[in-house]
Amino acid sequence: MTRTRNWTTYFQVTPLALVFLVFLVIPIVTIVVVSFFDYTTTSIIPTFILQNYEELLLSPVTWQTYLQTVQFALITWALTFLIGFTLAYFLAFHVRSSTWQQVLFLVCTIPFWTSNVIRMISWIPFLGRNGLANQTLLQMGLIHQPLEFLLYSNFSVVLVYVHLYTLFMVVPIFNSMMRIDRALLEAAIDGGATGWQTLTNVILPLCKPGIAIGSIFVVTIVMGDFVTVRMMSGGLSASVALMMANAMSLLQYPAAAANAVVLLIVVLMIVAAMMRVVDIRKEL
Amino acid sequence: MRHGKRGPAFWLLAAFFALFVLFLYGPTLTILVLSFQGPQGQLTFPMTGVSLHWFYNLFETQLVGDIAGALKRSLVLGVVVMVVTMVFSFSAGLAFRSRFRGSSILFYLAIASLIVPSILISLGIGLLFRVLDLDPAWYSSAFGAHLTWTLPFGLLIMLAVFNRFDRRYEEAARDLGATPWQTIRHVVIPIVLPSLIGVGLFGFTLSYDEFARSLYTSGTFNTLPLEIYGMTTNITTPVLYALGSVTTGVSFLVIAVALVSFTIVRRRRERHGSDAGKAA
Repeated sequence: MTRTRNWTTYFQVTPLALVFLVFLVIPIVTIVVVSFFDYTTTSIIPTFILQNYEELLLSPVTWQTYLQTVQFALITWALTFLIGFTLAYFLAFHVRSSTWQQVLFLVCTIPFWTSNVIRMISWIPFLGRNGLANQTLLQMGLIHQPLEFLLYSNFSVVLVYVHLYTLFMVVPIFNSMMRIDRALLEAAIDGGATGWQTLTNVILPLCKPGIAIGSIFVVTIVMGDFVTVRMMSGGLSASVALMMANAMSLLQYPAAAANAVVLLIVVLMIVAAMMRVVDIRKEL
Repeated sequence: MRHGKRGPAFWLLAAFFALFVLFLYGPTLTILVLSFQGPQGQLTFPMTGVSLHWFYNLFETQLVGDIAGALKRSLVLGVVVMVVTMVFSFSAGLAFRSRFRGSSILFYLAIASLIVPSILISLGIGLLFRVLDLDPAWYSSAFGAHLTWTLPFGLLIMLAVFNRFDRRYEEAARDLGATPWQTIRHVVIPIVLPSLIGVGLFGFTLSYDEFARSLYTSGTFNTLPLEIYGMTTNITTPVLYALGSVTTGVSFLVIAVALVSFTIVRRRRERHGSDAGKAA
């Protein structure tokens, strides 16, 4: 790892650096600047006021929305972690042929390459009042009238989150598991550990980096989501990003920007906490 | 653990896995079936017949929106984002093999680009264009917004690949008199080609399916996900499912092409040993 001052190196990273500068750094700076602007119903006025933040932080709606969003994030995190860990564990330790491992892994990842909006829509014929779930349950005699909470509720929001984002847990955890030296497991068993003890005392701690990476993905996506909430709750639930999108549609750009800054700070704090567990550069 | 008969734990986990796969694919299959709904059919079962009615309907002039135009824009944008992502990530991957001034800042910028919520990037670029009095468009602002999502993935994949890259191949090429460009063209690229295909797949599909980052950046003309989203609020016929089937079909086609080229590269490599240096 010698420090080089080779011009070729700089030439090679310039395109990447420029994209991040123009489309990541400058836009975020813009958001921060605009969040201090004043606005009327038709225009934004460059000035320096704190009113946008005051209005945002003093409104009980903001706090309720944050609470709701954090709740979604926590529930989704717990479910995707439990499901993702179990799936990865099965793939890494119970599927013996590496061909099968690859095939099953691929089966899990393929839906990731298809449209999220379409995957949300595809729950409608399933969960609706006359949907497959209700029809089946009625026919089986388990219920006597259609369940209303299946679609356009917090239930369907979380269901879709799990459907869309469990993959983000499976991949990094599976990756961590494949790096575990199998001799450690033999040693644990030779030392008299049960399968469960091996899982909790050997595998789980060694998977921490994978779990952290997966958690960062899932939590940041859910914290910043509004499409799923809007589509799957049918307008009944709110999220921070949805609040922002609403301000945008009312052309209240500075208000939306202030909201964005607060959201960014919250998300970065959560990520910083999770990054303590993992050094991403070492994981590559 | 890896020896002997399958225990009950295996079957339990296998059943769990199977259920998950059903959960993953079930809804998509449902709308695939429902997109062949009869002309009188509704958004849910029962089917009132089997027809291609809704597919025809899809490409007829719509009351709202412009599906064909949106599809074309998304495909063009996806391909351009794919190519740019492959080139920029590969080039940056080469650079990151030596530690240079600013390398860790750039690395953390890439991570930041992944974890900053998409909607914020969208909002920021939208605001920036507004402040600069530029019109956002799918080929300028949305293009940049998509790159902030595909490049970090591309970069991380290339970093992982080059961490495992045996530099002796390059040294050997150099010893044999290859120029730096020849080394890259005939040695490095063939070795990392499968991963590069992966980066391309990421680039195309992430862009093709991107919603939040396109929202405030695509300007007057919608990309496909925006168009679909608009339709969900206006249209309550199975034409929605036909559209879903078509877009999912395009995604699957792209995945299939990527997998096939991946397999061909690997087969060729198995036949020749490493094909480094064998490319004409």
